[in-house]
Amino acid sequence: MANISFTLNGKPQTVDVSPETPLLWVLRDTLGLTGTKFGCGMAICGACTVHINGIATRSCGMQAAAVAGRKVTTIEGLSADGSHPVQQAWVEKDVPQCGYCQSGQIMGAAALLAKNAKPSDADIDEVMKFYICRCGTYQDIRAAIHRAAELQTKGGVG
Amino acid sequence: MNASRRGFLKATTGLVIGFYLPGRSELAAQTPAPTPAKINAWIRIAPDDSVTLMIHKSEMGQGTVTSLSQLLAEELECNWKNVRTEFPGIDPAFGLQGVFGSMSIRTGWGPLRNAGAQAREMLLQAAALRWNIDKSLCRASDGVISNTANANKLTFGQVAEAAAKLPPPASVTLKAPGQYKLIGKSIKRLDTPDKVTGRTKFGIDVRVPGMVYASIARCPVFGGKVVSFDAAKAKAIPGVKSAVQISTGVAVIADNSWAAMQGAKALEIKWDEGPNAVYNSAGIRKAFTEQTLQPGASAKKTGQGAGALNSAAKKLDAVYEAPFLAHAPMEPLNCVAHVRPDGCDVWASTQMETGINGIALALTGLRQDQINIHTMYLGGGFGRRAGTDYAQEAIELAKAIKVPVKVTWSRENDMQNGNYRPASVTRFAGGLDADGWPVVMTANIACPPMGGGGTFGGGRGGRGPSVDSTSVEGLADLHYAIPHFQVDYHSVTGGVPTTYWRAVGYTQNTFFGESFLDELAVAGGKDPVELRRRLLTDQPRLLGVLNLAAEKAGWGKPLPAGHHHGVAIVNNIGSYTAQVAEVSVAAGKLKVHRVVCATDCGQVVNPAIVEQQIRSAIVFGLSAALKGELTIDAGRIQQSNFHQYDVARMDEVPVVEVHIVPSTEAPGGMGEAGVPSIAPAVCNAIFKATGKRIRRLPIAQQLA
Repeated sequence: MANISFTLNGKPQTVDVSPETPLLWVLRDTLGLTGTKFGCGMAICGACTVHINGIATRSCGMQAAAVAGRKVTTIEGLSADGSHPVQQAWVEKDVPQCGYCQSGQIMGAAALLAKNAKPSDADIDEVMKFYICRCGTYQDIRAAIHRAAELQTKGGVG
Repeated sequence: MNASRRGFLKATTGLVIGFYLPGRSELAAQTPAPTPAKINAWIRIAPDDSVTLMIHKSEMGQGTVTSLSQLLAEELECNWKNVRTEFPGIDPAFGLQGVFGSMSIRTGWGPLRNAGAQAREMLLQAAALRWNIDKSLCRASDGVISNTANANKLTFGQVAEAAAKLPPPASVTLKAPGQYKLIGKSIKRLDTPDKVTGRTKFGIDVRVPGMVYASIARCPVFGGKVVSFDAAKAKAIPGVKSAVQISTGVAVIADNSWAAMQGAKALEIKWDEGPNAVYNSAGIRKAFTEQTLQPGASAKKTGQGAGALNSAAKKLDAVYEAPFLAHAPMEPLNCVAHVRPDGCDVWASTQMETGINGIALALTGLRQDQINIHTMYLGGGFGRRAGTDYAQEAIELAKAIKVPVKVTWSRENDMQNGNYRPASVTRFAGGLDADGWPVVMTANIACPPMGGGGTFGGGRGGRGPSVDSTSVEGLADLHYAIPHFQVDYHSVTGGVPTTYWRAVGYTQNTFFGESFLDELAVAGGKDPVELRRRLLTDQPRLLGVLNLAAEKAGWGKPLPAGHHHGVAIVNNIGSYTAQVAEVSVAAGKLKVHRVVCATDCGQVVNPAIVEQQIRSAIVFGLSAALKGELTIDAGRIQQSNFHQYDVARMDEVPVVEVHIVPSTEAPGGMGEAGVPSIAPAVCNAIFKATGKRIRRLPIAQQLA
């Protein structure tokens, strides 16, 4: 066991865990932040995506020790009130079906838009093809990312 | 954010609302209401006018939280913005609590509108008694009751407690379709806001005080048993507490999920693999194919059946195959259970509360009033969660260790220790008359029966003791006017437990049948749409969707260079669906560009959700058609995770265009309607593009 300190959703956080424990399980089981989902455990599906220093990262493949001193943002911290342009666009387009993968999809989309404010369909596919949705909401996700880009450009509607 | 609106709500309801979204129910989140009055099994109304609707059909993405609320609220005449939802516990008033067969709207259509209307009449009666007037002078709208004789008004919340004490009316008059305010409207989903903030609680998210975490090592061969095990290496892992043998394997208990999973992997277990270790994919395929050369149990025969083949002017035959498939919902299976001497709580994302309740009763020996089944949101189900195995072992383990336990399946467990869509083989023969029109068609099916819930059982469903109805659906119930028609069935096994998979028998049989019909069209020199039109003259609803899809897709009109159309239709779960797929194949690479889908599902409750379900089903069916395949070796599933069992990704899915036939017929099902016809529509288009007939799924590398 080891004390590991990092910034979680803007606040300092220290956990006492086995250093090789994946961040996913530290978030979910140790800290009770269950918005980040377990899907495959192999960094394939994207359901566990969080931002580490702003970079979209698969938390199931990231050992707790590796986040020491870094800034972790989860779906719970993406916005205080669901007002991030990606969340607003997701609501406007009613993207989720079962919704299980959507935390990861939203974190992935938010990171994409932070780098590319006006992505093309091809830009979106190139990033989002690495996020699995078994309900098949892909067409809606693509439309919502375009809408989020508009909202972001306008500075949001909140 | 509308701060004043939020402040208002907080002040008036005592609820802390996380955010406000225009046009949505501000109360949709599952937060406790202040002392609601129970009007009937489905409806509770609190003094603050909040209306809590019991959603007795679990939500796995198909929209029950929203669409069942629409049915209740339509007749209740409450204010939609005051609607919140909960999943109830087990209550005989709800009948069977389970979601499968796309039944929720079909079975809820009458009872839920009735429940809404009964509650409305009770509220009106309570207001009439308060005002001392006749109920006929009272009107309900938007959660407010008006006295039509004067300007007096009462809100639902003001009379709810009195209404709850009244007897329900013996009969109610339901609205005519022209009077609907909510039914038929694309009302925004009530469950979206919590699903974009991570607040929705799925089964895997349940946390109970004192809870421990478990992972179970199960025999890699289905039905195998533990002979002995050594947990020393597992117990050396930090966080692992103990190892417990249960009926399905060995459970490792830990203080977090990760440690439990590592512990389960570190167990050294000697298995008795049992009789299923002999199976492998090549042997299964050979055995099934050989079966189809023999006469089977009769599932359907019209005219002379196969006897008419000899007199046909032209004959053809073909063998079609489909593989085992996993459901692979994004939320791996899991269950939380707590068994005490005087009570049992089970928290599950499940399609089968009634079944879990029965298991809890049997395993604990407790009374019904001591059992609580807590339904959580499902991270996908697709039929897998219509079984109860995941709950059974959690309850068994909880009883053994006497503390609350969460059993989480790893993705590898989910893929390799599951229940599956069966592999199957169907042998067709067909005959054409001298003009090239089909006069005879036979199908000889070898398919493991799908007893439901992952069984090796067989013979069920009203087609005689030797025929598994789900294994022959999609062929035995074909609606084409082919005078001589015969379907035979062989119950076979591959040593793999089989169960319902979204659209069940239609997932393979519609691919087989609609592809072979395309072969008959080609052999007779007929256009595939024209051929179907001729065979569907007495099937107006199928003909309707066929014509609509063909028209909207531009069937027969010029397409971009290299693009080709394929068509397929299906009548399943009470709905009628046609799809036209537009594909190209360049240098062996398939691209599905566009799918036009027409559906006639009777009265639509929420068109936006119908469209969602069609898009969803097409991606689900396309995943299977493009690459879905599990293979067996020594009785084991060889694929373990998404790197070996890939599914459709964003860059592989077509643009889907949905056209809904306006109708006031009783609603059909929707969750499974779009799955069956995508594979044959795509493969029929591939034939047009390349001349290659795909008779075995997945398409995978067959075009390379």
